[in-house]
Amino acid sequence: MAASQIRDTRDEHRPEDGRDEPSGLGSSDGPTVPDGRGPHAARNIRRHGSHRPSTGRILTYALLIVALVATFMPFAWMVLGSVKTQSELLRRPPTWWPESPTPDNFAAWFVDLQIDRFFLNSTVVAVFTVLGNLLFCSMVGYALAKIEFVGKRALFVLVMVTLMVPGVVTFVPLFVVVSKLGMVSTYPALILPFLASPLGVFLMRQFIMGIPDTLIEAARIDGAGEIRIFAGIVMPLCGAPLATLAILTFLSSWNNFLWPLVVAQNEDMYTLPVALSLYSTGQNATNYGILLAGSVLVITPVLVLFVALQRYFVQGIAMTGIK
Amino acid sequence: MSTATGVAAADANRRAGGRRRGHSRGNSRGPVGTRRRATLVAYLFALPFVLTFSIFMLFPLVSSLALSFTDFTNRDISSPLAVAFVGVDQYAALFGNDQFVRSMLNTFYFVGVGIPLTMIVALALAVALNSGISRFRTAFRLGFFAPVVTSIVAVAVVWRFILQPDGLLNTVIGWAGISGPDWLNDPAWAMPAMILMAVWRNMGTLMIIFLAGLQHVPQDVLEAAQVDGASSRQRFFRVTLPILRPTLLIGAVLLSVGYLQFFEEPFVMTGGGPLDSTLSISYFTYNQFGFGNYGLASAASYILFVAIALLSIVQFRAFRSKD
Repeated sequence: MAASQIRDTRDEHRPEDGRDEPSGLGSSDGPTVPDGRGPHAARNIRRHGSHRPSTGRILTYALLIVALVATFMPFAWMVLGSVKTQSELLRRPPTWWPESPTPDNFAAWFVDLQIDRFFLNSTVVAVFTVLGNLLFCSMVGYALAKIEFVGKRALFVLVMVTLMVPGVVTFVPLFVVVSKLGMVSTYPALILPFLASPLGVFLMRQFIMGIPDTLIEAARIDGAGEIRIFAGIVMPLCGAPLATLAILTFLSSWNNFLWPLVVAQNEDMYTLPVALSLYSTGQNATNYGILLAGSVLVITPVLVLFVALQRYFVQGIAMTGIK
Repeated sequence: MSTATGVAAADANRRAGGRRRGHSRGNSRGPVGTRRRATLVAYLFALPFVLTFSIFMLFPLVSSLALSFTDFTNRDISSPLAVAFVGVDQYAALFGNDQFVRSMLNTFYFVGVGIPLTMIVALALAVALNSGISRFRTAFRLGFFAPVVTSIVAVAVVWRFILQPDGLLNTVIGWAGISGPDWLNDPAWAMPAMILMAVWRNMGTLMIIFLAGLQHVPQDVLEAAQVDGASSRQRFFRVTLPILRPTLLIGAVLLSVGYLQFFEEPFVMTGGGPLDSTLSISYFTYNQFGFGNYGLASAASYILFVAIALLSIVQFRAFRSKD
């Protein structure tokens, strides 16, 4: 806020005459530069737009707002539709605002469709998957980043190579394994395959590599064992990447579909997306009130989490995309 | 120093030969001993990961390949080793299977059109957000990113509702006098509709990645170009885009790995129809798995895997060229 005010006052001055101001504003750049004609010229042009809304800027905002409305339309339509009655949903042309909002569609999920059970399943699977990844990925990440050992390179290459292996390649033999172990339609079958992800290992390794070696060497000289160094020194420094990893893992677990669809063959073990998809492709395919309510119930927890923790979400994407 | 290190060091010295025994007892650890102990500790740290990773990732990955050369079906689960080796018959069968060939073409259609579209939209958003606007910047970023965190199944249900013959989309484009098609029941329009939804859901990921890339475009280079009289269009195409190239490439590859596996969208929205026009390779694989043709399913998934692996190689190169 303060910074933009300063910039605004400077803008008032500059275009008038471009004289050298007495360096009274006390800001570090701009006015105090004695000659610097080049940079000034460039800044002048750029600043010009920032204090008086130029057409370009208005156009940018208009475009962004239109795009934002379009982006949010499906969400709005989902929420509005979820409280409409089936007869209103069938009406043509469609109504915008619900005429007589009803909670029936949501009630159907809680009363007839045991959504509490699916919710529990999704939550249990996500929580254990997240905890497993936090612990195991940082353990391997620490070993790969800070311990010299035989086979380190091979292990890292393995992690990197499998970073991109899609679930569709492994699910058939995985299902055979799980059947042989008698684990079809169990929590372990839903959790174990995702307990330690290569992406998580990569993320943790990258971060832990940035922790100064001297810190760890000092602890080693003081006689601390590796476990103490890991738990007492490295982990407390890993707050940000752990938060990122937790969010990324939670997201992929909560939204995971193919494997739960394959392995949860008993309705009691359905996760939310599986339950919703099977309901939506079955004989209730056109029962849109209930379907939209289901979508609201699946999407809302994640959206709330996203808004609350958006910094880490964005960080996570940037991390996986850039480095 | 911990006793374990001492023991290991002594052990190492013994193995190194008697000559140096007396000499090195005092000044503790020989390099071989520490290394061996470090290796042990490192593998303890890596153990949980290596275990779950081997059982649930490596083993299925290798056996998937093995399965694809057999006539394994769901009746062979009880005695997996009794199946017959059939060489490349499954692959030959796939390429002679019109439905599979169709699914390959569909997948390339989805990727080939979806990726450039998503990139253009994401780049436009990123450039708009990076154009010096300060108001609501975070809100815009949040809004455009929100679809990324949602479950594809849930949003596919919503989009199926939106894409009905007289649903929201056709109502909106009807204002412009265009009468929209019956999107999901028209073989020509089902795939474009699906691509539209994919762009909506995934543009946020690329937008964040591109935004980070744009912020690393050196300001002084742009200013220099401006001083030299380059128009804003020239600055974008001649300066910004070339600098952004590695970021664009990484974004494209990351996204196409996901797009190549698309499955939830047709599963929920069209069931692969109409007339197989939205059947993807993943969906074909899943169907064959459902029919019990595990060998054929594995072969199909490996073809997809090869496509993804090729893309990953491109990505590794892109990473390397950035350093």
